[in-house]
Parts: sequence; structure tokens; C-alpha cells
Amino acid sequence: MNLEFTPEEQAFRDEVRSFIAENYPAHLADFGMREDMSREDFLAWHKILGKKGWSVPAWPTEYGGTGWTPTQRYIWSEENARASTVMPLPFGVSMVGPVIYTFGNAEQKARHLPGIVSGEVWWCQGYSEPGAGSDLASLKTTAVRDGDHYVINGQKTWTTLAQHADWGFFLCRTDPTAKAQEGISFILVDMKSPGVEVKPIKLLDGGYEVNETWLTDVRVPVENLVGVENKGWTYAKFLLAHERSGIAGVARSKRGIEKLREIAANESLDGAPLIKDFDFARKVSQLEIDLAALEITELRTLAGEQAGKGPGPESSILKIKGTEIQQRLTELTLEAVGTYSAPYHGGVSNDNSNEHPVGPDYAQHAAATYFNMRKTSIYGGSNEIQRNIITKMILGL
Amino acid sequence: MDFNFTEEQGMVRDGLSRLVREQYDWETRRKAIASGAGWRPEVWAQLAELGILGMPFSEADGGFGGGAVDAMVIMEEFGKGLVIEPFVPTVVCAGGFLKHAGTDAQKEEHIGGIVSGERVFAFAYAEPRGRFDYADLETTAKKDGAGYVLNGHKAVVIGAPWASHLVVTARTGGERRDRSGVSVFVVAKDTAGITTRDYVTVDGRRASEVYFENVAVGAEALIGAEGEGLALIELVTDEAIAALCAEACGAMKVAHAMTVEYSRQRKQFGVPIGSFQVLQHRMVDMYTAYEQAVSLTYLATLRLGSDEVERKKAVSAAKVGVGQAARLIGQEAVQIHGGNGVTDEYAIGHFFKRLTIFDSEFGNVDHHLKRHVALS
Repeated sequence: MNLEFTPEEQAFRDEVRSFIAENYPAHLADFGMREDMSREDFLAWHKILGKKGWSVPAWPTEYGGTGWTPTQRYIWSEENARASTVMPLPFGVSMVGPVIYTFGNAEQKARHLPGIVSGEVWWCQGYSEPGAGSDLASLKTTAVRDGDHYVINGQKTWTTLAQHADWGFFLCRTDPTAKAQEGISFILVDMKSPGVEVKPIKLLDGGYEVNETWLTDVRVPVENLVGVENKGWTYAKFLLAHERSGIAGVARSKRGIEKLREIAANESLDGAPLIKDFDFARKVSQLEIDLAALEITELRTLAGEQAGKGPGPESSILKIKGTEIQQRLTELTLEAVGTYSAPYHGGVSNDNSNEHPVGPDYAQHAAATYFNMRKTSIYGGSNEIQRNIITKMILGL
Repeated sequence: MDFNFTEEQGMVRDGLSRLVREQYDWETRRKAIASGAGWRPEVWAQLAELGILGMPFSEADGGFGGGAVDAMVIMEEFGKGLVIEPFVPTVVCAGGFLKHAGTDAQKEEHIGGIVSGERVFAFAYAEPRGRFDYADLETTAKKDGAGYVLNGHKAVVIGAPWASHLVVTARTGGERRDRSGVSVFVVAKDTAGITTRDYVTVDGRRASEVYFENVAVGAEALIGAEGEGLALIELVTDEAIAALCAEACGAMKVAHAMTVEYSRQRKQFGVPIGSFQVLQHRMVDMYTAYEQAVSLTYLATLRLGSDEVERKKAVSAAKVGVGQAARLIGQEAVQIHGGNGVTDEYAIGHFFKRLTIFDSEFGNVDHHLKRHVALS
């Protein structure tokens, strides 16, 4: 066993680092909150990577992938986290893309994959429903066959960034008489179709990141069905396993801990830097230790993938620990900023709103980020559900 | 041993509970927060009418002769409705300074206005780099003839946009972080040289950065003895902490009840999620934490009149225990509410936000754990 990077891998890291330094858009450097971001902001780096051939590193090379080893991919994400880049959104790259190239037909691959690679087409995910959150299989949205079309009716929720989306992938019930998991199909929907309505949901941090999506008599050509009718659950599970492996966020958390240490060095406690306080420093160290454990666990999973194992129920461990660490990190950051955790960034002011907000820069998003990150233990199958998965799939109980 | 409330306290609770229920429903609160004023002066007037704003003052000072337990009863009801009006800055803090150390003339000048609701105060004690240490002051008050000249910057002064007056802490002598040399002043907010930047806080209140630039005040602005203010500040803020703990208990009680109710209604996998043992146990843990927090709040409230060490230990114990419970209950309530818990529309998230900011007010869990250690 060996955790050292090979000289080739070191060289790869240098190459990645200089590519980011030379090509990452300057105006997006250290970009803070997502709600401030336009569609163009989100896609700028993706488009640059598309031209370079690096936008979908994990895909098979025939569809635009890089052929990188899992270790190279790991280095890639570390370097991006280090530079705080705005990474390509997962909906096309890690979710629908792999479903299409694995289960879609030749026509679907030709039509949809290039737009994901280039960053021209924005995808959103239509899984959750108001009555079906973690119990995804109880979804009610229906797709009824009518000649060459499906007619879709229903309501989806938590449709992340659907306000910018060109296309969505939706789970719809195509056989209402079958058992919960067996009558569901995976259907691609042009978000500009008549009958699709997207309404933003305001979240605790004040931002609009998710939406409610209504589908009323939306007519979708049958060629937009991916794979086999009523077998959508299989594809959905495949997709969720992919989603969960990206969810650990190790590299971002590493960068977050560095930032936390910078903040705690600047804040003072009893006349000394906060980071010199044993109690606080102990919590930061504990977090770092847990993150190190997660990092190696993820590397072991990656090594397994390299050996040909797809992401399996182990990804539930990455989801649980990764999101817990992200939440503790934002919690500690909130604690570190102390008094200036209270002002609401974007709140009304009695003077020129262009003036610099109150408190140190690093305090401005601390509370909002903490509130926002509570979602991580809920989305993608809540952490309770992940524990159920481990109970069943690994413990066999 | 007696943990019962008096008949009067029961009446105060009922009256306030009705007011909050009828006048402070969720939609009205939401609108008030979004309004230009950001609060409801008409509710403030009603509180004055009910005698709530005069509760802690002696009858001789024009109040109703209530004590810490009365404040606890009041704050718990405020917490249940997430009431944002500035009872703590005005009545508990400013009122506390006047009550404990005000001259007859100062009491005469201010207490009547507090009781009637006409005078609203904010307590400007925190500084950008002070981090919970009341003696870590860069704000100065230099002797100038009979009066003083104030200079400095106060951070996150809760309720300041609504206030007519400020209680301000400043250094009249000694070095930064010295225990002596700290003084307390009361000044009208429109005094020349005071400027503010007003903003909304994440839990829906209003606050200001307050700047003092050569603010000249008379000798009558000083509360208590010059340079001896720290012990007074500690006493008043301990009272404020006990009050805030009671508020947090009210908020936790409602957050827990809402969560239990939600788990009864919300179905997943064909059954209410409240039937899952893993969630049942977590709601039991929330409930246990809440009950422990209530106990610590009682302890702190009842020890406010004890000697300094006992008082501080009890108050710190409460701030630690209530702070931990507030974190646990806030986070678990959101988690059990699932996606709805992170939306702005559902009330539960707003309870979570108030319970979050509670920790940073007058010292967080770590700070008070450390104070407890130092006193033990």
C-alpha cells in the first residue's frame, strides 16, 4: 500500500494547477454565494473545460471523457477546490449524462451528450415530489401514452436551479397498477414545452436555489423515454449512487477548513487569536481528523471503482460522513465569526446599499451558509435513508 | 421547594399568550419583518398597556414590582411566538442598569418612558473585536470638564434602529481588557456625533453598527461609578442571559411540538414518519434536552439574586445547556421536517434561525463553559 502520488501524478497536478491559473475567469475567483450567480457565471468554467476536453472527466472517452484514473480525477477535484472554482453542475455531468450513455439509445446519445460536454445545455432533475421525498418510489406524476407522445401531469419539488434549465429528466409513473418501484419511467423533458411551469422556493438563507415544477398536460415525444418503459427505477438508483459519490465533497471541505483556520487566526479571544484557544482548536482538529478518514475512505472507494466495481452502497457512507463534515464545518465557521454572525447579508440598510456590508468579509455568508447546508443531510436521500441502505445492503438486516 | 407560579404570574402568562396568539400570528409577523419599520410599535403599545414593560421596576419607580421569575414567564411566551420587539434591550438591559445603579434623577428621566412604551433602548456593548468580553473595549469616554466625550464603534446593536436611546459601554481608564476603567453611559440616539448603519439580522430582527465620533455627553449620562462598570455589566447581562434562555425555551418548546406534529402528519413509505423508531428516539432526545434546558433556566433565574460566584455559575450553566439544546433541537427539527425545513415558508426554519443566533448573544457555549470552569 502506498498513499504517495507518483511522479506522473505530480506532473499531472502541476499541469492542472497551471491550467486553472491561466484559464479560470478572473471575475469568478473565490465566488461566494450561488444566488448572486447568473446562468453565464455558472457555465463559464464549464464551457472552457468543454473546449479543453476536461468537462466530463469520469465519462468514457468515446463520449468526451478524459480516460483519467480515479486518482487523477481526485487530483483534479482537489485542485479545483483549492482554487475555489465554480465546477460544472452535476445534473448533466454526473446524473443524466451517465444514465444516457449507459442506458440510452444511439440517437439519444448523439442528441444530448455533446451539449452536456460543451456546457451549452442546462439540465435539471425531476425526482422529488411534495408527497414523495426520501420515499421516492411513491411518486405520483403520471405519463400516459397517447400515440407518439407521453402526456405528463404532476408536481415535482426541490428542482435545483430549474429556473435556468433547458432540459429536465423526470421520473414518471407509466403503470399505475404496478408495485411502487415497477411502474416508473425515466423521461427527458424539454423545459420549454407548453405546460411546464417553474416556481422558485425561497430558502432559509434567503436565496432561490430550488423550485417547484408543475407539469400540466405536457406532451413529450416517446423517443424521450430512456431505456425501457417501467424500468426507470433501475436507472434512478444507478443515478443516485453516482450522485452520492460526488456528495462527499472532501476537497471542498479541506479548503473550507483552511479558510476556517484563517478566520480563527484573525478573530481574537481573550487577547489572543481564536485558533490558539485549545477548545476551539480541538474542534477544528477533530474535524480535520474525521475529514482525513473520509478522504481515505473515498480513495478506497475510488480504487474499487478503478478495479471495476461501480459505486455501490458504500457511497452511502460517503454521503453520511461527507455531509456531516460539511455541516460541522459551516457550524464551526459560524461559531468562529461570533458577534457578526447576526447581520443578514442583503438586509435593508439606511444608507447606500453599495456600501461594504458590516463586519469582516468572511462573516458575511457564515450564517447563510450554515442555514443552507442543513439541506445536505436531507437531499439525495436523507441520511436516515442512507443508514437504511447500509442496514439492508451491507449488514443484510 | 416550590416550582409553582403565582396567580399573578399565571395571569400575565395567559394575557401575553393570548396577545401573541391573536396579534402575532405567523403571517402578521412575516409582514412586520418585511416592512420598512421592521417591528410592530402597536404591539409595543399593547405590551405597555398590559403592564409588561413595567414589570421589573419597583412600584416606587412607577413599575409593577415584578422580579426575575416574571421576566422568565414573559420571555417564554415571547419565544413561543418569535416576538421580535426589543424587550430585552429596553426593559431587561437598560431597565436593569437604571434599576441597579441609576440615580433618582436618571430613574425619573427614563423609567416612566420605558413603562409607558414611549422610550425604546438598545444596549451597545459589543465591539467588532471584543468577542463576548465586555472589558475588551476600544470605545473610549474621555473626561471633558464635567462631562465625557465618546469615540468608538459598537457592533450588532440589537434593536438600535427602533431605539430612541442607547446604553453604551466605554473605557474611561486603564488598558484594553483591564477589569477596571469600564463605564456605562446612557445617551439619546440623536445626540450629535452618533451615526448608525441599520440592517436586518438573520433571525428577523433589526440591528445597527453604531459609531460615536466626539459625542459630548454630560455627567448625568454616567450610570454607576466611573470605571467600576464591569461588575454592573456582568450583573445586568446575566439577567439578560436568563431572560434569553427563557425565550429560547419557549421557542424550543414550540419547535419540538411542531416537529412531533409534523411527524404525525407526514407520510413516507405509507406510514407517518413518526412511526419510525429512529425518529421517535431523536424526538425523545430533543424533548429531554428541552426539559433539561428549562431546569437550567429556572436555576439561573432563581440564582440571579445570589452572590456573584453562584449567580455566574448558574447563568453560565444555563447558557451552556440551553445553547446546546437550542443547537440540537433546531438542527433536528429541520432534519425531521426534511426539505420543508429549509424553506423560508415553513415556520420551523425561523425557529431554527432564532435558536442559532441565541448562541452568539452574550457569550456562546464555549465562552460560558470556560467561565464555569474558571469559577469552579
